[in-house]
Amino acid sequence: MFTKDRWKEILEVLTSNWFRTILTAFGVFWGIFILIVLLAAGKGLENGIRSNFGDIATNTMFMWTQGTSMAYKGLPKGRRFTFKLEDVAAIRQKVPDLRFVSPRNQLGGFNGTNNVVRGIKTGAFNVYGDYPDIINQDPMGITSGRFINQLDIEEKRKVAVIGVGVRASLYDVGEEAIGTYIRIQGVNFMVVGTYKKNSNDGNAEEIQKEIFIPFTSFSQAFNQANNVGWMAITANDNSSITQLKEQIFTVVRENQKIHPQDLRAVGHFDLFEEFNRVLGLFKAMRWIAYFVGVLVLLSGVIGVSNIMLIVVKERTKEIGIRRALGENPWSIKLQIVMESIFLTIMSGMAGISFGALVIYLINYFLASNGPVEMFVNPSVSLGVVLVALIILVVSGLLAGFIPAQSAIKIKPIEALRME
Amino acid sequence: MIEIKDLHKSYKMGSNSLHVLKGINFSVEEGELVAIMGSSGSGKSTLLNILGMLDVLDEGSYTLDGVPIKDLNETKAAQYRNKFLGFVFQSFNLINYKSAMENVALPLYYQKVGRKERQEKALKYLEQVGLREWADHLPSELSGGQKQRVAIARAMAAEPKVLLADEPTGALDSTTSYEVMDLIQKINDAGNTILIVTHEPDIADMCKRIVHLKDGVIVEDKKITQVRASQYV
Ligand SMILES: Nc1ncnc2c1ncn2[C@@H]1O[C@H](COP(=O)(O)OP(=O)(O)OP(=O)(O)O)[C@@H](O)[C@H]1O
Ligand SMILES: [Mg+2]
Repeated sequence: MFTKDRWKEILEVLTSNWFRTILTAFGVFWGIFILIVLLAAGKGLENGIRSNFGDIATNTMFMWTQGTSMAYKGLPKGRRFTFKLEDVAAIRQKVPDLRFVSPRNQLGGFNGTNNVVRGIKTGAFNVYGDYPDIINQDPMGITSGRFINQLDIEEKRKVAVIGVGVRASLYDVGEEAIGTYIRIQGVNFMVVGTYKKNSNDGNAEEIQKEIFIPFTSFSQAFNQANNVGWMAITANDNSSITQLKEQIFTVVRENQKIHPQDLRAVGHFDLFEEFNRVLGLFKAMRWIAYFVGVLVLLSGVIGVSNIMLIVVKERTKEIGIRRALGENPWSIKLQIVMESIFLTIMSGMAGISFGALVIYLINYFLASNGPVEMFVNPSVSLGVVLVALIILVVSGLLAGFIPAQSAIKIKPIEALRME
Repeated sequence: MIEIKDLHKSYKMGSNSLHVLKGINFSVEEGELVAIMGSSGSGKSTLLNILGMLDVLDEGSYTLDGVPIKDLNETKAAQYRNKFLGFVFQSFNLINYKSAMENVALPLYYQKVGRKERQEKALKYLEQVGLREWADHLPSELSGGQKQRVAIARAMAAEPKVLLADEPTGALDSTTSYEVMDLIQKINDAGNTILIVTHEPDIADMCKRIVHLKDGVIVEDKKITQVRASQYV
């Protein structure tokens, strides 16, 4: 089937009219090129968005209180309430498949008033009361010292982990921060670690300017009793927080005596849902890329089919001679289909290679000119290339099929009469 | 070798049909050299094409070497053509992008003969038609007579039972025609059965038997004493 003579013949036919062959090949080349580049661009955007989410645990939601919107059990509408540590315990106990339930308290530096003092330097920073788990939900790199641990929680130690941004505004360059004290709203805390978060998000500055202290110390120092400001809840990898969150709300409503239908009382932000929505967008984009690419490719394939029809027409007499000499019609069909597949694959490979080159150049410019927002490392996977190759083989087959059929449709005697 | 009984053939053209062969009865023994003659349009080529399985008969029967040729699908017909028949055409019908040797080797290629053996055989047949030195030339580099000799070598390469030639000398001048006939006679001397369609009486006289067609029937069928072509060459 794939003898040397077969290949020789394919090459003879395709090289007998170079100009025409190259023009034909260009259609397929262009189609596959567009497909590859579109997919790579989609991937680049996707990578950009993913890196925007950073390392943050995406199967997470944040939950806070907003005041009731319905009267219930004698309690009035519009009642303010606060999460308590008992709510956290109840959630942990009653809702399965949760990985982390982190109560958090926050002292806002966001309103601009300076709340942290060290010697003569002052600054406005967000101060969080947290459990050690939070580092898994909102990952950060510890650049020196350590993060909050369980002992800090139990002994209510006055210790703090500060961001590199905080360090830069409260300390001189090269000054040792570990072991020094900072004063947060009048209470002294000892710095035990510094962190740096990984993100190329727009507010990259802001997230390096946070201070983490043990939850229990926060409660004690700032008189929060067993109040919980808000919660960050992460589900196990094999379940989805979007599906579990209703159960969580139910537990909270029971605990806080909120009307079961009161949907406004507890506010939340479902990161997982948001993340999946964005991922869904990229899935749709990928389909569009395939759609557009395949359509462009299709016009190339029709071009190949067209040319093969012309080639067959031109060779009608030759095909008649070959059949008179006793060539099997299947062998003639195979010959034409193989010519078509060969032409498609060759031009397709050229398209893939050229696409890869363009992607390489784009990456090269991105690397040398610094990152572009929302666009990171456009690339196509080996899987995509394989899919492209399969598309090529199939389309070559389709392109050759009709011409091959027409080659043996005409009777040999009529083919021989052709001039 | 060839046995034809009551053969009819008409061509349909739109609503009316043209009855070309109207009951041909005809047989050829092994080793014969038959000339088919007749005026233009009498159905000579039609008959030869049916014998060559390039066309199908409407009525009657055709047996080739004891095998009934009937209801063949294209694959089977191709196989029979390859095994039983060699064709020589008036317009040579060489494949123009293949060298003389490749042309001669084609029928062997379709028989799936190996590359090396194919080339050896092709060269042997080119040698027989006196064109061994031209093996690597393309048809466009050959004269008419040379082309027809390559075509004959190609027709003989698969060692067919019957050689069919439709006006093999029709496009050649008389000297080259005699050269070609000389070759055909030699092939016939070796025991091969050959049928030639021709217009030219001198070519017909170089055969051993002449069949005359007129208006789709055989009007004359006679054995003759062969004129050797070698005396004119
Ligand atoms: N494919 C065809 N369709 C319609 N009519 C045809 C076809 N082939 C041949 N004919 C007709 O059949 C008749 C016989 O044709 P054929 O070619 O057998 O004649 P011929 O004896 O070989 O003539 P010539 O000596 O000119 O070659 C002619 O009238 C011709 O017009
Ligand atoms: Mg004729």
